[in-house]
Amino acid sequence: MGEHVIRLPDVGEGVAEAELVEWHVKVGDMVREDALLAAVMTDKATVEIPSPVEGEILWLGAEIGDTVAIGSPIVRLKVAGEGNVGQGDATTEPQSEPEPVAQEKKAAPVPEKPAMPPLAKREKEPAPVQPAGVRSAPVGAPRREGEKPLASPAVRLRAKEAGIDLRQVPGSGPAGRIGHEDLDAFIARGPQPGKASGLMRSDRVEEIRVVGLRRKIAEKMQLAKARIPHITYVEEVDVTALEELRAALNKQKAGPDRPKLTLLPFLMRAMVRAIAEQPHLNALYDDDAGIIRQYGGVHIGIAAQTANGLVVPVVKHAEALDLWESGAELNRLAEAAKSGIATREELSGSTITITSLGAMGGVVTTPVINYPEVAIVGVNKMMVRPVWDGAQFVPRKTMNLSSSFDHRVIDGWDAAVFVQRIKALLETPAMIFVGE
Amino acid sequence: MKEISCKLLVIGAGPGGYVCAIRAGQLGLDTVIVEAVKPGGTCLNVGCIPSKALIHAAEEFEKAVHRAGKDDPLGISAGQPKLDFATTVGWKDNIVSRLNGGVAALLKKARVKYVQGRAQFRDGKTIEVETETGLQVIRAENVVIATGSAPVELPSLPFGGKVISSTEALSLKEIPQKLSVVGGGYIGLELGTAFAKLGSKVTIVEALPRLLAQYDAELVRPVSKRLAALGVEVLVGAKARGLSSKGDALLVETADGKDRKIAADKVLVTVGRRPVTDGWGLEEIDLDMNGRFIRIDDRCRTSMRGIYAIGDVTGEPMLAHRAMAQGEMVAEIVAGHRRNWDKRAIPAICFTDPELVTAGLSPEEAKAQGEIKIGQFPFSANGRAMTRQGEDGFVRVVARADNHLVLGIQAVGQGVSELSAAFGLALEMGARLEDIAGTIHAHPTQGEAVQEAALKALGLALHA
Repeated sequence: MGEHVIRLPDVGEGVAEAELVEWHVKVGDMVREDALLAAVMTDKATVEIPSPVEGEILWLGAEIGDTVAIGSPIVRLKVAGEGNVGQGDATTEPQSEPEPVAQEKKAAPVPEKPAMPPLAKREKEPAPVQPAGVRSAPVGAPRREGEKPLASPAVRLRAKEAGIDLRQVPGSGPAGRIGHEDLDAFIARGPQPGKASGLMRSDRVEEIRVVGLRRKIAEKMQLAKARIPHITYVEEVDVTALEELRAALNKQKAGPDRPKLTLLPFLMRAMVRAIAEQPHLNALYDDDAGIIRQYGGVHIGIAAQTANGLVVPVVKHAEALDLWESGAELNRLAEAAKSGIATREELSGSTITITSLGAMGGVVTTPVINYPEVAIVGVNKMMVRPVWDGAQFVPRKTMNLSSSFDHRVIDGWDAAVFVQRIKALLETPAMIFVGE
Repeated sequence: MKEISCKLLVIGAGPGGYVCAIRAGQLGLDTVIVEAVKPGGTCLNVGCIPSKALIHAAEEFEKAVHRAGKDDPLGISAGQPKLDFATTVGWKDNIVSRLNGGVAALLKKARVKYVQGRAQFRDGKTIEVETETGLQVIRAENVVIATGSAPVELPSLPFGGKVISSTEALSLKEIPQKLSVVGGGYIGLELGTAFAKLGSKVTIVEALPRLLAQYDAELVRPVSKRLAALGVEVLVGAKARGLSSKGDALLVETADGKDRKIAADKVLVTVGRRPVTDGWGLEEIDLDMNGRFIRIDDRCRTSMRGIYAIGDVTGEPMLAHRAMAQGEMVAEIVAGHRRNWDKRAIPAICFTDPELVTAGLSPEEAKAQGEIKIGQFPFSANGRAMTRQGEDGFVRVVARADNHLVLGIQAVGQGVSELSAAFGLALEMGARLEDIAGTIHAHPTQGEAVQEAALKALGLALHA
């Protein structure tokens, strides 16, 4: 029997470290060759680490949320045959001393966020869930549905007179029996006697570790809000004509190159037109270096909700895509993002972003700029509103655009001009296409 | 006659009604109770109490008969005993009337007004009572219907003459030489056994395949054995067809389909009891029913506001102690207390020989709810039972397998009726097997068998 050490492989993209986001195995598990051991996450992509050998897990070298340097040992396996320990570097990985390995891992340089590893460490400490002095929730199997609470007649009578439904009272006694002290505790902290009998206070505190994509999102949002002074500009757009056009186009036969069009391809086209007139809105502001990089290509990030959280797939070179191509690319990316197969390439490189919650879009939002971009366009809910046409109220389909700009480099005037231009294009949609 | 108004009116002074009225009086409620016959109801006058008196007398007589002219293991010899049944009945009647007086005194002490007569609803708030001195109208804010139950009659054997119910059986002038009992439930067996001990030739005719059909066969076995020893003939799966044309025999279709004539001086019909829902004006108030019974909720409220029902008229089990608990609860509810029915167990006892007690769930019922543990301890291994010549029978404890919560306790054996108190307490208190096992049970008593049964369920029995 030998021992095989698995190190965190180079997951590409030139990264020096990755965050461990999931263990698929635990100590003692038997794994086959190619069985998945763990998932690590780099900047945006999640990479699964397979086992190169068959064997029994002896040791796991990191906890979920830890940042692990490439090349650090992460798993030790007991394998048939000699394994890979004892050849060459074996002395640096003594079986009896996993500690230095762990230290190496913790001490690994974390250039971006030096605060994270200590946080990960802190998370391991058991935190008191309830303040001292409050009775912790009594143990004991929960009562089955319809099962009568177990209590002596005297306890039942007291509960009845106090207007307490004993079914709501946890019992700390044998077999979950409710005693006078349980009743006292319930009266002390529970709902006031005589009040709504079915409602119960919960003193539960659940600790959820912020790891993986959620942590990435948190960091990114923090960065954007900390550095960028946002200016948000909201304008109403009459999309009646646009919706008529969209409906007419969608009535035509759909095909692989003729996807059903949502509003977004039109908005993308309008943004491309507007950016042509105001190229400084399609830019990345490297505030550390003090440089604005203005891009010729319009790479539109589309904020998309997935099961794990927000991701932003990017439609590259939207200036070179017509309406149908924009729609098709949008659909493809949205699907890839939702099913988690979007590549790192597809999830980065945007120069301006659209955020849209569709029917959930609300009346106004205050979008957070996708740092280091300088503008984000938010789409609010479309609805029919009465609009005064000078003689009477007429029902019109309208929609708000809530857009944020980096006020350090975009003046309010420019922001307003940009949004007004998009509004004009969307309200008379033929203008989007004239001259293309 | 001047109308009476009151806060609470109780119809029927049986164990449910009088307990309700006493508690109501104690709580300061202006209470009236109406009774058509005598205070105490079926239980005191023609049920529990007189039957227990008769059973006791029969036991004593049987012991004497048993010893007369035989080799008694205890070495006691005595002559042939004689029974003056009139004295026996007189003694029994004396107990009953003492208790009648006791109930009346308790009602008076609680300042409850007692009205003798038959009550009739005029509407939901008004009752008319025909008293000896005229019609008494009573207006009540709350009414408790506690009219009880009565023996069920068989169409083929209407009561009258030789065909008697339990009521008549308890006040016979002489002991019937040949007694046929139709119905092998607990009332038929209690009375049948007593008369067998008093010298009757008793035949029990039961339509179901076995006696005491609601209990499991293991519990009933010692009772069947004892009946056989007493010379009681038991016909199960047999149907009573009626009296012979001469009226001196019961016609029975036996289990194998044959007709049989069983000579009988009296035919005691004990095929169950029906709620008394007629004769007091139920039709005037139109309450919702639950089959034959008045439908009640967990506060004994009927479908009409301010009208409660308790006891046998509300359903099974038709037991005095259930009615008493309901009565007490209703009085407290009317007095403004928060109460609802939350009893865990209503123990039931058959005063057969040997006695049979059940409380809580049977093994079958418990099994239907999940995994269980059973511990059974025989009286043959109990010192006290041996010294009382009562080795037949056992105590059985049924508990949940996961947390050992005691779900039910059953026992059959001499004198086990007194163990019912412990059974009820264990269930109401939510005892686990360890609680019973860890309680010192005084030695030498039959109660030790309860502890041993719990130990046995835990795999720790000491004496078995």
